[in-house]
Amino acid sequence: MVITIPDQRPAFKSFCFAGRSRLATCLIMLLLALGCKSEHPNVQHTAFKDNHAITIIFVNPVEQAWAENPASFRVYEKQSPDILIPVHAAVLSPNRKMLTLQLADPINRENQYTIAMKEIRLEGKVDGAVSLTVRKSYAGYLLQILIGAMIIQNFVFSKYLGLCVFFGTSRKKSTAVGMGVTFTMVIVFASLMSWVLYQFVLKPFHLNYLQIVVFIGLVSLTVQGVDTVLRKINPRLFKAFGVYLVLVIANCIVIAVPLLLANNEYNLWESLMLALGAGLGFLVALFLMSSVRERLEFADIPESFRGLPIAFIVAGLFALSFMGFSGMSIF
Amino acid sequence: MSKTTQTNTQLFFSGILNENPIFRLALSMCPAVGLSTTVMNGLLLGVAVLFVQVFSSCTISLIRNTIHPRIRIPTYTLTIATWVTVIDLILAAYVPVAYKALGIFIRLIVAFAIITMRLEVFASKNEVWPSFWDGMGMGLGFLLGMTVLGAIREVLGMGTFLGVDLLGFRPMLFFVLPAAGFFTVGFMMAIFNYSEKIYKRRKGG
Repeated sequence: MVITIPDQRPAFKSFCFAGRSRLATCLIMLLLALGCKSEHPNVQHTAFKDNHAITIIFVNPVEQAWAENPASFRVYEKQSPDILIPVHAAVLSPNRKMLTLQLADPINRENQYTIAMKEIRLEGKVDGAVSLTVRKSYAGYLLQILIGAMIIQNFVFSKYLGLCVFFGTSRKKSTAVGMGVTFTMVIVFASLMSWVLYQFVLKPFHLNYLQIVVFIGLVSLTVQGVDTVLRKINPRLFKAFGVYLVLVIANCIVIAVPLLLANNEYNLWESLMLALGAGLGFLVALFLMSSVRERLEFADIPESFRGLPIAFIVAGLFALSFMGFSGMSIF
Repeated sequence: MSKTTQTNTQLFFSGILNENPIFRLALSMCPAVGLSTTVMNGLLLGVAVLFVQVFSSCTISLIRNTIHPRIRIPTYTLTIATWVTVIDLILAAYVPVAYKALGIFIRLIVAFAIITMRLEVFASKNEVWPSFWDGMGMGLGFLLGMTVLGAIREVLGMGTFLGVDLLGFRPMLFFVLPAAGFFTVGFMMAIFNYSEKIYKRRKGG
């Protein structure tokens, strides 16, 4: 008996393509789902209202006498369960689904809060003990990490890292953009790889003291890898960006980001955002600086200040203006 | 640069003055800007860099004949990383308070350009003893640069020196601000350039 196997390749190929787009959709859905997941079948959504209130939206109408009694709820910050935040008043909306808890103390939106209830009283039904976590939406949190690393805590102007390369490559706009783009690519690759290595090798085997050696080795490997791949795949791109690859290793940011990720115990999405923010922030800083330095070429500067000294003073002015962003909180 | 012809004393002093890492070579600027708010910070980081520089120079100079030229840069990086881990653990164990103040910068010594550069241009081509003195000179030059910057910023900003009250008031609070690091380094470089110009003119005329 002869079994004929049909040629599965076209089908496989189309599956692959479909799979790729499906994977992307899945990832986006997962991200959104993480942002607004509900912890309890009876509770649809929890959110901060303004600086003094938390809203809870229930799936079904709840009992008014229970809901409007502030003693039914215990609210505290997740890190410090012993310190209760007194609830001033609980206000139920007319359709008896939305409850607003007025708190005595102002809310710090960066923290997570827990609302503990002994029971949920629905119409004619009582549900058991519930504890809800309130925090700002996850997508907003990720965006905050991105913008934070890029602008508010800019690695060059607020953390003073990567200065050697910064002053070396900010003389011309084209060089600055080339360096910034190359740097962003490498740092995203290297950070994600070091995140994987830290979470799955260093941490389980208690090898934390090897962090520095492992991370710097990984960065050099990434640079070498990008160099080889780019040379083979896209020689034109390599011609444009190859020179900057060597410089990436001499940049402190590229080793600072993996160390920060390990210190803060970020998860994959947060790591991606921090790495991307660091790279884009470096690009922004380089672009701003090179725009000024191109104009400085034509300025009449005292002889002793020409070259690096005036560049430092310009960077100082930038750093002063970036201080204006400090402490800013979005979302 | 091939094998050096300078004596050990010359090597030592060239690192401190003529080739001062911060003001002359303009390498390793990140800590010079970010960490020079007080003399103490400058001193501590200086000591850490001195340690790493001297020990990596000696290590590389010992094994210089066995390193394949193609993989020399990764070898330097890993050697430096090893010594940085050593000083990182030592400081964390013995001076935990100061270690916290220095934060991530101790670990970032691994990416300081000055150390790699000295390994590349000097230690990989010379005997152990000259490499030791070269490392000492460079490390001390860095330490001095950091201390001078820290002293300027601490005295002008806080009116204190090593935490001791000197003036009793704060002349220019601006210098304590993180951003002032850029200005201090810029002005110091300009002063170095200016004094060099005057010195040359005197010598010529």
